[in-house]
Amino acid sequence: MSDLVEGATGPWEVVIGLEVHAQVTSKSKLFSGAATAFGAEPNSQVSLVDAGMPGMLPVINEIAVQQAVRSGLGLNAKINKYSVFDRKNYFYADLPQGYQISQYLQPIVGEGMISVDLADGSSRDIGIERLHLEQDAGKSIHDRHPSKTYVDLNRSGVALMEIVSKPDMRSAEEAGAYVRKVRAILRYLGTCDGNMEEGSMRADVNVSVRRPGEGLGTRAEIKNVNSVRFMQLAIAYETNRQIDILEDGGSIDQETRLFDAQTGTTRPMRSKEEAHDYRYFPDPDLLPLEFSDAFIEGIRTTLPELPDAKKQRYMDELGLSAHDAQVLVSDRDIAAFYEQVATGRDAKVAANWVQGEFFAQLSKAERDIADSPISAGQLGGLIDLIADNTISGKIAKDVLEFMFESGRDAADIVAEKGLTQVSDSGAIEGEIDKVIAANPDKVAEFQSGKDKVLGWFVGQIMQATKGKANPQMVNQLLREKLKA
Amino acid sequence: MAEPTELGIAEARDQLAKGTLSARELTESHIAAMADATTLNAMVTETPEIALAMADASDARRAKGDAGGETGALEGIPLAIKDLFCTKGVLTTAGSHILDGFTPPYESTVTANLWQAGAVMLGKTNMDEFAMGSSNETSYHGVVQNPWRRKGDNQTLVPGGSSGGSAVAVAGRFAMGATATDTGGSIRQPAAFTGTVGCKPTYGRCSRWGVVAFASSLDQAGPITRSVRDNAIMLGAMAGYDPKDSTSAKIALPDFEAALTGDVRGLKIGVPKEYVLDGMPVEIEALWQQGIGWLRDAGAAIVDISLPHTKYALPAYYIVAPAEASSNLARYDGVRFGLRVPGEDLTEMYKNTRAAGFGAEVRRRVLIGTYVLSAGYYDAYYLKAQKVRRLIAQDFRDAYEKVDAILTPSAPSAAFAVGDKADDPIAMYLNDVFTVPANLAGLPGISIPAGLSDEGLPLGLQILAPAFDEETMYRVAGVLEEAAAFAKAPEQWWRGGS
Repeated sequence: MSDLVEGATGPWEVVIGLEVHAQVTSKSKLFSGAATAFGAEPNSQVSLVDAGMPGMLPVINEIAVQQAVRSGLGLNAKINKYSVFDRKNYFYADLPQGYQISQYLQPIVGEGMISVDLADGSSRDIGIERLHLEQDAGKSIHDRHPSKTYVDLNRSGVALMEIVSKPDMRSAEEAGAYVRKVRAILRYLGTCDGNMEEGSMRADVNVSVRRPGEGLGTRAEIKNVNSVRFMQLAIAYETNRQIDILEDGGSIDQETRLFDAQTGTTRPMRSKEEAHDYRYFPDPDLLPLEFSDAFIEGIRTTLPELPDAKKQRYMDELGLSAHDAQVLVSDRDIAAFYEQVATGRDAKVAANWVQGEFFAQLSKAERDIADSPISAGQLGGLIDLIADNTISGKIAKDVLEFMFESGRDAADIVAEKGLTQVSDSGAIEGEIDKVIAANPDKVAEFQSGKDKVLGWFVGQIMQATKGKANPQMVNQLLREKLKA
Repeated sequence: MAEPTELGIAEARDQLAKGTLSARELTESHIAAMADATTLNAMVTETPEIALAMADASDARRAKGDAGGETGALEGIPLAIKDLFCTKGVLTTAGSHILDGFTPPYESTVTANLWQAGAVMLGKTNMDEFAMGSSNETSYHGVVQNPWRRKGDNQTLVPGGSSGGSAVAVAGRFAMGATATDTGGSIRQPAAFTGTVGCKPTYGRCSRWGVVAFASSLDQAGPITRSVRDNAIMLGAMAGYDPKDSTSAKIALPDFEAALTGDVRGLKIGVPKEYVLDGMPVEIEALWQQGIGWLRDAGAAIVDISLPHTKYALPAYYIVAPAEASSNLARYDGVRFGLRVPGEDLTEMYKNTRAAGFGAEVRRRVLIGTYVLSAGYYDAYYLKAQKVRRLIAQDFRDAYEKVDAILTPSAPSAAFAVGDKADDPIAMYLNDVFTVPANLAGLPGISIPAGLSDEGLPLGLQILAPAFDEETMYRVAGVLEEAAAFAKAPEQWWRGGS
């Protein structure tokens, strides 16, 4: 496998590490009781603590702690039984305390490992360096007033998990696959909704290049990238920028850069004079977190089946192909939908319908599985009508389209539109006799050995029955009559 | 009958209960005395209307018969509140220009506890800016004057700090007690300088919620009163577990007043040799010896002990406290409340606001704190100081294997003149040499007035006790108080239009 980038002077290897910031699914903030719902009126979800009022003190949200431990277990990582909150000090208008409460030297979760799935069907292990809890800052809005900045503190204090990977990725594809896998795992766990559009997940991307076999190069960190596509564009741009500089004899500055989605380029975020010294030190307002083994094991027993285990089960027990299993486990909601469809039905047929016609219709309707116009039960009902020969597979595709338009059950649509399959051999034979009588030349062709003509006959019968004739019966009866 | 302002909390409590005195009468006499004492500059904000309303409410509760009992330990007792405690709807400045006009929409847990216990708020007391100082000279609201003067000398003396205003309000007889806070000695040193009783309880005993933070791992609220009994009563009403402060101790609150048994027979009192300082005034040394004698006479055993890391306490303190302060004070940025001095951009606004809003001592400590936390210096300063802190705590743990309490002087001198040390931060910092170790170790300590200097100024003795053993601390303090019989008050030279 080679992900090397060919430069003017030879091949380069890209090294990528990611810091994924995932908002903890929790009703209240990391250190205050304020709500965390997305889309609220600016400054409507701000407690005195979040606003950094004098004398206010943080109190840890135990749910957020449990969620972080749960996430760590889902990432196959070591849970640190003793961890410490630190203050990261810097000034900004949307950082009311003048520091962010984070975890620096002693994070809640240590090293772990996940397997990411690549497009060619292979998978690759990517190391997790750590996961720590921290507060989000507020939001500065610069474009509402020519000279003033507005500050919205709704996000101030929201609990984030920063998941730091090892520098184990070697291409934009691997980086994308990693983010998708982390997102999938967190969504399975219910610890982050993974909604990148709403800012629930974003990534800082560390990129460096080196000659194959050499030590790590100097990295640039691209901050706050909020989609997989942007991340991949940023990596591509940054890779070329660094190779160009190095091939021209220059050197890379270790710096923080921003990705500009308009131009597809990255640029420095701040000058060196503004480089921060965060002056981390343990937050004296908070006690260290200390866990017992029983606490950790108690959380472990509540973990759901995660994507890798589920994929294996789909292959081993349901007989799905690796590809089908992969597609179906890629998201918690898809897997849940599939399992509901497959319950009591042929698992492979269910898999084909979910990722075939159903996904096609979803995509056409521009919907996510979470807001699908039809339920898993309704799709199951459609499959049942095929299984009991009420309708053909071909008619079923049309019925599914009607179901997406109306949200109604398959059986209702079939009954109303009279789409029930004709499996009455007498009726089908009658149609066949008519066609044979009207087309002696075609009959002669078939009898002279041109098997392909059979298809023409099937088409005629289906046309005459408006597609409702049972295709297997048509085939069988036609052969019998033509050979006679 | 004595002037109501001469009563102690315990005596007033009895008279109020008997009905020979009303909360309104008691409060009115204190409001009048406070109005008469503006020369001392002990108050930043006086709240007579609030005080009278609270007093009337207290009298009404008592008339209805639902005063007293567990929640009414301070029913009808007028108190002054250090301006570091956030008080709902009442200006709270922390002695700083940068909190100009800041009126909190919330009440600190400690003051809320006091009001719950029936106490009456007279106003907010002056203090060193953000509690940084040992003489009350760093306040934006000006110097507080000590009611005490040297014999035959009208020179203005400092009341100590940072809780100078609180100590003066109590010593000057215009508050029966006052809340205060102690980060390195800010309760015990001004108590010593003003002839009052000041207790810093165990770290975690009183909630820090709603108290403007100076150094979070050291800050602790406590009472200043005129007697040990009053102190025990008031601490009982201030203290208690608060889920809003993660460092608050989830531990039962004893009846501190009941600890005043007057009996120290069989107790072992430690005398640490490291508290003998070169150049310490002879009268401080003599008073200490006197205190040792009183306790021995009362039946306690005196034990020589060693706290070997004592000499590192002050340097460690002046790293840890500024480090935490530099971070705690970052929120005073002109963005959301208090003073804002505009600038061309955000950074300039920060610079202008903080330069104008913070005084010299606060700026000095923010600079020191920023320095000791910066990359490349953290290990040498902050981390080393934390190690020293652990050693000091261990010193005390070792000592309390052998003794029940420790007796030391409260401060290395009596009150000094305004201006004497204002330009010499190191000399100023040395004031806290006896008090700082208890903060670093999180232990309770109390200063009681034990005698007068040759110049007629009060001197204090300090009793230190193991963590959450304020009962032993009060028990020893009560015996020492009785032996010292310090029934002295300053001449009220500021009254009557002088």
